[in-house]
Amino acid sequence: MTVMKRILHIYIPYIPLILLTGGLIIIQALLQLELPKLMAQIIDQGIVSGNLSLIYRTGATMLGLTLLVCIAAVSVSFLGARISSRSAAKLRSNLFDQVTRFGSAEIEHFGTSSLITRATNDVLQIQTTSLMLLRMGFFAPAMGIGALLMAIRTNRDLTWTIVVALAALLVLIVVSVSLSLPKFRILQKLMDRLNLIVNERLSGLLVIRAFHQETAEEQRFDKANVDLMKTNLFVSRLMSFMMPGMTLIMSYGSLLVVWAGAGLIQQDRLAIGDMMAFIQYAMHVVMSFLFLTMFFIMLPRAMVSAQRVQEVLSMEPSISEVCLENQESLPLDTPGEVVFDQVCFRYPDAEEDVLHDISFRAKPGTWTAIVGGTGSGKSTLINLLPRFYDVTQGSITVDGVDIRHLCHENLRQLIGYVPQKGILFSGSIRSNVTYANPEMDETTLTQAMKISQSYDFVEEKPEGLETSIAQGGTNVSGGQRQRLSIARAIAKNSPIYIFDDSFSALDFATEVSLRKAMLNSLGNRTVFVVAQRISTIKDAHQIIVLEEGKVAGMGTHSQLLGTCPVYRELAASQLQITSEGGDSHGRS
Amino acid sequence: MAGPKIRPARGPGSGGGPAAAMMPGEKPKNFRGTMSTLGEYLKPYRVKLVLACIAALFSVVFSVVSPFILGMATDVVADSVLTDQSLDFTRLGQLILVLLLLYGVSALFSGWLGFLMAGVAQKISYQLRKDLSEKLDRLPLSYFDHRTHGEILSRVTNDVDTVNTTLNQTLSQIVTNGITILGILALMIYINPLMTLIALLTIPLSLWVIRQIVKRSQGHFKDNQRFLGQVNGHIEEMFSGHIIVKAFNGEKQSKEIFENWNHQLANAGEKSQFLSGTMMPLINMIGNLGFILVCVVGGALALQGRMTIGSIQAFVQYIRTFNHPIAQLANVANVLQSTAAAAERIFEVLKEEEELPDSEKDSPLKAPQVRGEITFDHVSFHYPTQEENPQPLIQDFHFVAKPGQRVAIVGPTGAGKTTIVKLLLRFYELSGGRILVDGVDITTIPRKELRSIFSMVLQDNWLFSGTIEENIGYGSANPTREEIVSAAHSAHIHHFIKTQPGGYHMVIQEEAGNLSQGQKQLMTLARAFLADSPILILDEATSSVDTRTEAQIQKAMAQLMEGRTSFVIAHRLSTIVDADVILVMKNGDVVEKGTHQELLAQGGFYKTLYESQYL
Repeated sequence: MTVMKRILHIYIPYIPLILLTGGLIIIQALLQLELPKLMAQIIDQGIVSGNLSLIYRTGATMLGLTLLVCIAAVSVSFLGARISSRSAAKLRSNLFDQVTRFGSAEIEHFGTSSLITRATNDVLQIQTTSLMLLRMGFFAPAMGIGALLMAIRTNRDLTWTIVVALAALLVLIVVSVSLSLPKFRILQKLMDRLNLIVNERLSGLLVIRAFHQETAEEQRFDKANVDLMKTNLFVSRLMSFMMPGMTLIMSYGSLLVVWAGAGLIQQDRLAIGDMMAFIQYAMHVVMSFLFLTMFFIMLPRAMVSAQRVQEVLSMEPSISEVCLENQESLPLDTPGEVVFDQVCFRYPDAEEDVLHDISFRAKPGTWTAIVGGTGSGKSTLINLLPRFYDVTQGSITVDGVDIRHLCHENLRQLIGYVPQKGILFSGSIRSNVTYANPEMDETTLTQAMKISQSYDFVEEKPEGLETSIAQGGTNVSGGQRQRLSIARAIAKNSPIYIFDDSFSALDFATEVSLRKAMLNSLGNRTVFVVAQRISTIKDAHQIIVLEEGKVAGMGTHSQLLGTCPVYRELAASQLQITSEGGDSHGRS
Repeated sequence: MAGPKIRPARGPGSGGGPAAAMMPGEKPKNFRGTMSTLGEYLKPYRVKLVLACIAALFSVVFSVVSPFILGMATDVVADSVLTDQSLDFTRLGQLILVLLLLYGVSALFSGWLGFLMAGVAQKISYQLRKDLSEKLDRLPLSYFDHRTHGEILSRVTNDVDTVNTTLNQTLSQIVTNGITILGILALMIYINPLMTLIALLTIPLSLWVIRQIVKRSQGHFKDNQRFLGQVNGHIEEMFSGHIIVKAFNGEKQSKEIFENWNHQLANAGEKSQFLSGTMMPLINMIGNLGFILVCVVGGALALQGRMTIGSIQAFVQYIRTFNHPIAQLANVANVLQSTAAAAERIFEVLKEEEELPDSEKDSPLKAPQVRGEITFDHVSFHYPTQEENPQPLIQDFHFVAKPGQRVAIVGPTGAGKTTIVKLLLRFYELSGGRILVDGVDITTIPRKELRSIFSMVLQDNWLFSGTIEENIGYGSANPTREEIVSAAHSAHIHHFIKTQPGGYHMVIQEEAGNLSQGQKQLMTLARAFLADSPILILDEATSSVDTRTEAQIQKAMAQLMEGRTSFVIAHRLSTIVDADVILVMKNGDVVEKGTHQELLAQGGFYKTLYESQYL
């Protein structure tokens, strides 16, 4: 278990507040501990001695003390709330910043889902527990030790009763915890399993029914259900005996005090009020002991969350996203010639290269297409350009500058990127399309909308550009999402464009108009297209054929038809190649 | 798939007891009705519940009486001090023995109560989950069409949990707290009515304090939940779309939005937590006030000989323990409300209309005997949710597929292609006409048998968390390893599987995150190869696979399709050019029928579709 440096670091600025809170808690505990003593006073000196005014005076003192205790406790609540909320906010913020800096490698390492859980649930868990830890961490020892001291001061001879009670309690707790803790862990796993099964049944509904596997799925669920029930039952039943057990120990403890105390009172070595006070102090000691054990039981749960958060915070991103003063930079209107020079790439933790020795040059004003089979490395290759990953060998240059020497912000300003799946963010259509530059002028915006074939359908919407987009962009169709993603990139007006299989959600007619419009307006840019439809890339100036991470062919459509068997197979599956050697439209 | 299942975040300061009273509760629509349905589930446990009540009664009575008797024991000691006589150890011993017994028995009954209620609660929760699960299989597909997975999942997990907790704790709390309060009240009055009155003064004060705090903090709690939702939503978006954020240098903007919500969350959290944190101190103070009053007034009364020291001690104990049940009961109404709301959601699902049941008779057709002739006999269909104003999707569709024919269904998105296929498998009921397999109406064939006649490969590739072997073998009865490997070969996925750690034993992770789209598709194809049913349905099977692999698969599929009737739905005309018949769909209806050449010659909708691929 690593030292939770990054997390503890967050609390450093709050140390003064924490100490203050701690101090107040201790004061609160000590003041509270005065009350039994005063009660003893009322009895021993008030009742026994028959002093009514003393009773009233002592009562007033107790009143004052109670008020102070309340004020202290409220202040503690105030400070505690402040500390826990603010530190949690800081933790969340740090986590968010860290993940923002992560490159694709780090995100793959954890998984998006897991990162989201860590930034949300785990932080929440830490927040909830930290407050409890703060309170208990100070209160329990303060109360416990204080009460113990008061008890000893009240009557030393009875102290052994407390020891006996604590010992009994310890045994009870050790037995309960050792029996239940492993079950608690299993419980979490079982809940997760149940979740998983239901989710799978829902997402695979058609398949399950189509393959008439309902009974099998039912059995799978039932097993998980039964396991869950059994474990829950065991844990609940254990707990249901633990609580009364604790109460019992405390009750028997007080009986012990009465019995032993009676003897002492008989010998005039103990006042009766003191005996009653002693019982109260003993109760406090035992309660504090309980709180302390709860503290230690809650701690591991928080530790698990803390560990998960710490892992994220302590991971160093492989691609530094910090821009230095003296870094090279390219102007935004740079021509944009891209050269891949003997590029090799392998994923971190992989045994083999995914890309081998890829070299090509893409000139401004040309379209370079990348095609290949599943797993041939097309997307991986193109994702190296915006430095989502870094090459493991070789280099990529833009206008002669190695992209690793450029500030990442500068590099990405030069690239308009459209991914395979259209991703939109919650907001409006406008906020999405102007994402690269919220201040962009209307003409650029309208241009981009028209080129991307989005203008028409947006105009038709009652709120037009201001139409709101829900999280995940689910209130527009897949094709519309895609077009808006394209609009977003085009509006950026960058020298380099990457379209990573971005047209698959569009129907043919739309794609054709889109390409025409793009050819017209992006004529002088360097465009990369990763695609599967030959019709999309047929007119590219340069087609790179990848197979198993290597370049299998490079050239124009007609050149490749003649020289590259891999490409021929690809084309054959889509176009009709007549026996004359050309396609059905007579082109060869 | 986006995002994990974030449990409804409860925020800080929640939990049992008084604090839970502050969470803005949910109101059920029909409290009585829901509770009575819940009562049905409790019926089988009638005996246990009665025993639980008895246990509760005994445990409370014994524990309530104990302080009184302890007071008596203390008085034995006090008497000796006050009257300066020797202590009556015999009597003291007797009383202590009685107390030992009382405490012990009370603890036992209390434990037994918990034991019983735990059993009842867990078994009922199990039953609820089971009922929900079985219901899911009987619900028509249309039910799931417009509900998110999260919604349904939440019923099975969160809502059952809520009911569980209530059954486990709250029910017994209501009983024990109720009896405790009554018992303590009775004993306090017995000891000294005047003191009781004074002690009771603190109750309205406590309740008033609770109400005030709850009122003030409700708003902050709602805010807390709202901002938490916003922050988490933003985190989810930014993390899932991190590629776009990076590609467009959106980091600054993302951070600004985050800090805004985060800041507001911190504020709302601070306020709500502070307020909820003041409740305990205030209630404690009121409790202490009671304690002080008891000490002072009791002391004064004792001086007048109207109260004994022992009874002061008893009173102190009662006062200490009085506030707790009251605070818990103040909360009960809230808890019952949210439990009823949760139970209501569960019962809503259980009451939903089910699919038409299978006919009881033996299947008139068995899968191995099927020749593969499919007849659509004047079929009409519209989605069930549009009963009032039905927009017919498929209208009077009539078509016969001869055994062994390859039928292609094409058309733009939303034209109704996948619906036709779902009708074949009887996922929806027709609104008019019949579908026949080998002349037999499919509504007379039990669904299980009907579905083993078809093999289906969907656009959405479903794999579950099991081994590759299990996934490929899904739906086939006891496939051998050789059969599985052979199917994998046909789907061109064998080599890939061999390169994976564990090979065929490799476990596919949740949501198959460790495979690419293409690989997933090949797996589901292998599954279909293995299932080897008389009729094949391929729903855009190869659109996510690159064209080269697709070409290889098409060769394999052609082999598979030989002699089998098959329905192929695809965008790519290249995959359907070789079909025996092409059904062209538009706006829910079949507008054209024929072979590729025939349709081109017709010069209609199909021709337009085909030509748009090559301009």
